[in-house]
Amino acid sequence: MKEWRYWLAEQRGTLLAFGIFIVMFAIYSANHPAGFTANVVQTAANKGVLLAFVAMAQTLVVITAGIDLSVGMIFTLTNCMASWLVIGTGLETAFGVVAVLGTGVICGAVNGAIVIYGRLQPIVATIATGAVYFGLALLLRPVPGGSVNEDLADFLTGRFFGFVPASLMALFVVVLIVWVPFSRSELGRAAYAAGSSETAAYMSGVPIRRGKFLAYTLAGLLAAIGGLFLTFFTYTGEAAYASGNAYTLFSIAAVVLGGVSLFGGKGSAIGAIFGALAFRTIGDLLFVFDFDPLWQPLFQGVILLIAVSLGAFALFRVRNRLEWFL
Amino acid sequence: MSETTLGGIAGRMPKFIRRADPAVVTAFACIVVLLLVGSLYSRSFLSPEYLLQQLKVASFLGVIATGMMLVILLGQIDLSVPWSVATGAMMACAAAAYGPVGVALAIPFGILCGVAIGIVNGIGVAYLRIPSMIITLATNAVAQGLMVVYTGGFSPQDAATAAMRYLATGFTIPGVPNAVIIWALIGAAMVFVLTRTSFGRAVYGIGNRERAAYLSGIDTRRVVMIAFAVSGGLSAFGGVLLAGYASKAAQSMGDAYLLPSIAAVVLGGTSILGGRGSYLGTVAGVILITLLQSILSVMQMPEAGRQIIYGVVIVVMLLLYGRAPASR
Repeated sequence: MKEWRYWLAEQRGTLLAFGIFIVMFAIYSANHPAGFTANVVQTAANKGVLLAFVAMAQTLVVITAGIDLSVGMIFTLTNCMASWLVIGTGLETAFGVVAVLGTGVICGAVNGAIVIYGRLQPIVATIATGAVYFGLALLLRPVPGGSVNEDLADFLTGRFFGFVPASLMALFVVVLIVWVPFSRSELGRAAYAAGSSETAAYMSGVPIRRGKFLAYTLAGLLAAIGGLFLTFFTYTGEAAYASGNAYTLFSIAAVVLGGVSLFGGKGSAIGAIFGALAFRTIGDLLFVFDFDPLWQPLFQGVILLIAVSLGAFALFRVRNRLEWFL
Repeated sequence: MSETTLGGIAGRMPKFIRRADPAVVTAFACIVVLLLVGSLYSRSFLSPEYLLQQLKVASFLGVIATGMMLVILLGQIDLSVPWSVATGAMMACAAAAYGPVGVALAIPFGILCGVAIGIVNGIGVAYLRIPSMIITLATNAVAQGLMVVYTGGFSPQDAATAAMRYLATGFTIPGVPNAVIIWALIGAAMVFVLTRTSFGRAVYGIGNRERAAYLSGIDTRRVVMIAFAVSGGLSAFGGVLLAGYASKAAQSMGDAYLLPSIAAVVLGGTSILGGRGSYLGTVAGVILITLLQSILSVMQMPEAGRQIIYGVVIVVMLLLYGRAPASR
C-alpha cells in the first residue's frame, strides 16, 4: 500500500507529462487532415525524437542542479561532424558513428571538468564552451552541405513492421542502455544526491564529483546521438546558430514540462522525453489548425513562459515567507 | 570618459592600488597586453583615432553590460538581452513610421518596450520566484516570437531616425563621439546609484543574502523587479544606439551581445553569484572584450575562429580568477 503511493509521488511529474502528451497528440492526430496513420505518427516521431534526445541530455545536467546551455551547440557540432564522417562502406560508417559519439562525450566531459574541477558557474561556463563548439561546427561546415550513409539513415528513420517508427525504437534502446543503468548506478544516485543537497551528499561520503562528471559526460553523449539523428533526417550538416540555440531553449522547456525540477535532485529522463514530445506536438498544433506559421515562434515562447510559470504554484504552499528565498 | 577616469585614477594611485580588486587589475593589465600585441601587428593600433573608434564601439556593449551588471550583482542573470536589444531597435524604428510625433517618441518608445520585457522578467523572478535563467530565456523567446510576427506580415519601417543616428554617430563635443558620452553618463549614474543610494546598497545586500536583506526591512522583491526593468531598458537603449549606428534595425542584431555582456561583467571581477563587484571592473571588461574582438577582426580571423578563441579566452580568464571558493 505505502510503496505504490511513494512510487506515484515520485513519478507524478513523469505521469503528468505523459498525460499532457497523450491529450495533445490525440487533439493533433484527430485534427490532422490525414488522420491517425502510420505516416503521421512516423513524421511526428522523427521530429519529436530529436528534441527528446537533447532534452534527455539536459535532464542529466539539471538533475545535478546545474544547467547546460551548450547542448544545442553540441547537437549542431555533431550534426556537422556526422555529415563528413558517417558515410561510405559499413566499416567506415561505423567508425564515423563512433567518432561522432566520441566527440559528444568529449564535449560533455570538457563541460563537466570546467564546471566541477574548475569550479565555474555552469551558466557562464557552458555559454562559453557553447561558443567554442559552435565555432568548431562553423569550421567544419562554413556552408550547409555534406551527406550521410543513406541506407543507415533510411533504416533508422523508417518504420519497423510497417507501423513502428524506427526512431522511437532507437530512443527506447538509448533509454535502456544509457538512462536506466545510469539512474540505478551508484554514480547516478550520487548525481541526484548532489542536486538535492550537495553539502549533505558530501557529508555522507557520496562520490558527488564523479557522479556530476558522469552526468555532464553522458549529456554530451546524448546530445551527440541527437545530432546524429538530425543528420539522418536531413542528410546534411549545417552550422546554424539559431537552430542550436532553439534546441537548447526547447530542451529546457521540455525538461520543465517533464516534471524535472530546475533546482536539481528531482525528475527523470523519461519525463523529459514525454515533455519533449508534448512540446513538439503543441508546437505543431498550429499547423493542423491552419494558423500562419509565422505565429509558431510566439506560440512556442508563450507555452514556454506558461510552463515555467507553473512552478510558481508551489508558492501557495509556502507558510513562512522566508522560504521565498532559497 | 577615458581622460577623466584615467586622471582620477592617477591622482589617487596609492589608495587605488591598496584597495584594488585583483580581478580589476588583471583586466586592466590584459587591456595593456592586448594593446601591445595589437601594436606589434599594426602601427595604427595605438593612434588616438583608432582608440576613440574602439571606445565608440565599446560604448554600445557598455550600455548593455551596465544593465547586465545590475542584475548579476543581485545574483541573477538576464538571458533576454538578445531580443531586448532587437526589440528596442525594431520598435524605435517602427514608431518612426507614425509621423512627426512617432519620430519624436521613437527613442523613448523603444526603451519602454525593453522596460516592459524587463518588468515581465522582474515579476517572474521577484514575485513568482522562477529562476532568472529560465524566465529570461522564456521572455526572450516570446519577444522573438512577437518580433517575427510583427515583421512577417508586411515590410515594416526599419530605418533609424535622425536622432538615433545622431546619438550613435554624431559629435556634440568635437573629437568625442556621442555614444561615448552617453556611456559615460549612464556609467556615472550607475556608479552614483550603486555607491550613494539606498537602492544600490540594497542591490549588494540582496546579492549577498536575500533573506538577510529582507529581514533588514528591504522590500527585496521591488528592488529585484526594478533592477530587471532597468536591465531591459538599458538593453533596449543599446539596441536603439546600435540601430542608429547601423542606420537600421535587424532581427538578429542582439545575438552578438549576450555572451559579451555577461563576459564583460564577469571578467571585470563581478561575482556571478552576486553581491560583489565594481563598475570600474565592468568598464575594464567591456574595453577588454571590444579590443579582443577588434584584434581578431584586424587579423581577419574567420567567424569560426573568433567564436573559438572568444569562448576559450573567457573560460581561461574565469579559471584564472573567477572560480568559486572550494566548498569545504
